[in-house]
Amino acid sequence: MYTQALNEAVERPRVVEDPEKLAAFQARIDAEEKIEPNDWMPEAYRRTLIRQISQHAHSEVVGMLPEGNWLTRAPSLKRKAALLAKIQDEGGHGLYLYAAAETLGVSREELYEQLLAGKAKYSSIFNYPTLTWADIGCIGWLVDGAAIMNQIPLCRTSYGPYARAMIRICKEESFHQRQGYEIMLTLCRGTPEQKAMAQDALNRWWWPALMMFGPPDSESVHTEQSMRWKIKRFTNDELRQKFVDATVPQAHYLGLTIPDPELRYDEATGHWRYGKIDWEEFKRVIAGFGPCNRERLEAKRKAHEEGRWVREAALAYAAKQRARAMAQKIAAE
Amino acid sequence: MTTIHIEETPHLCAVLRLADTSLVLAHRLSEWCGHAPMLEEDLALANIALDLLGQARLLYQHAAELEGKGRTEDDFAYLRDAPQFRNYLIAELPRGDFAFTIVRQTLVSAFFHPFWQRAAGSRDATLAAIAAKAEKEVAYHLRHCGAWLVRLGDGTEESHRRTLAALDALWPYTGELFEVDAVGRAMIDAGVLPDPETIRPVFEATVDRLLREATLPKPPATWMHSGGLRGVHTEHLGHMLAVMQHLQRAYPGAVW
Repeated sequence: MYTQALNEAVERPRVVEDPEKLAAFQARIDAEEKIEPNDWMPEAYRRTLIRQISQHAHSEVVGMLPEGNWLTRAPSLKRKAALLAKIQDEGGHGLYLYAAAETLGVSREELYEQLLAGKAKYSSIFNYPTLTWADIGCIGWLVDGAAIMNQIPLCRTSYGPYARAMIRICKEESFHQRQGYEIMLTLCRGTPEQKAMAQDALNRWWWPALMMFGPPDSESVHTEQSMRWKIKRFTNDELRQKFVDATVPQAHYLGLTIPDPELRYDEATGHWRYGKIDWEEFKRVIAGFGPCNRERLEAKRKAHEEGRWVREAALAYAAKQRARAMAQKIAAE
Repeated sequence: MTTIHIEETPHLCAVLRLADTSLVLAHRLSEWCGHAPMLEEDLALANIALDLLGQARLLYQHAAELEGKGRTEDDFAYLRDAPQFRNYLIAELPRGDFAFTIVRQTLVSAFFHPFWQRAAGSRDATLAAIAAKAEKEVAYHLRHCGAWLVRLGDGTEESHRRTLAALDALWPYTGELFEVDAVGRAMIDAGVLPDPETIRPVFEATVDRLLREATLPKPPATWMHSGGLRGVHTEHLGHMLAVMQHLQRAYPGAVW
């Protein structure tokens, strides 16, 4: 589903980079060349990417949980199939992104352990609960919608494996976004109770969706460096504005009210101006104090613990098979 | 919407048995999504669930045609109560641990792969088409789950113990797969469905081969559970349906 610009400071690399190599690297970036796994890259570039790609991967796999919460209660067989396929896509994105991160010299196991230990971040949005079926519509419409805004530019990001992964992921996300909007449309054209369900979900998801773009540019820790390396191509606030501009008319079409009394159309710039985002809430949720932080990590830890014997069995069996093949080979010689 | 009443002809009943089995099993598999032992299995189990859900939808649509009262696939899935469900009991048992899910899916696939192969020659052309599609899907389910059965049986002491326990628990539910009641007999005679007795040797051979590879003993002949086909279920199905049908029941007549 989505990476979030969390903007925490990266540790300063201990190595002092060779200025000549650094300049050559920057020249390649400036020439819009893709950086590939075996190419030389500054340590800070590598670390920034590992952090960003792994956070994105974690977000995908944690994001399976709030939606999975409605798999057994999807209100029609068609919706059940679409939701299951969507969550499966998210898992696939996770797998893809972990593989992209591995090209930078870190293992998926190591990254996943960091997530389970609570040391790695994932998108704050998944720490909110899915309380009604309309939340599934809102996640598709708003959360995947925000993801697309953020990820379309990532298709041109300077690191090759990440850019290529994003191209495929974006195609699927845009499908999810349309599905989500269609759920909302069906609810809004349904009974008054269904429409109220849709409005209630929008009320709860709107602000967290805006927070998905990360802190305001004024508080950004390293947007500038990421922009120079073309890991990032737009700032958090630019992307947030694009999202608001695209989404407000969609809400109006649904006949829903955006829960922001300050929202107004700015004739001069053609932008929708939105009210103040509660950044304290954002910081709190990122710090681990959102409505579902504990449950989400607990669910993943539980699955990991309960699956340990399965992974051990698979390894043990593979080792036995290797030993048998070796014994056969020796016997044949 | 209140619970619907279905006048079951043998043909309709036979199709519902297959549809309900696919749906209930898909539902159980979907409970793993996000909670599997590894990401690859989150994807694989969801994939199998999607195949089964697809089969269920086609079968319910066919049931609706056979009934001819303008009902939809969702009416059958969401507006019947547990005693009206016709699935095999093995499908509705809670998902258990990974060994339980793998053993169940292997046993069910070992039956349904030859079943669909034969049903592809059904005199019911729609059912034949569904069977031709299902056969290819179940061949994959059997390969995937069979490979896991072998890995778990011949893996570690713990995995062997868990798989054996799952096999012991599930084996008494395999007898129902071969049951032929009046509905089944009528369908066999009409050339609509295969006779399960023709499937037994293939099922046995598949299971024997996999258990041997998995270093697991074949369970001894034992008393077999029965009842699903006539709507007498385990305690588990009612809970499953209460969750599954919640929205349709809470907001009668709403379109989702």
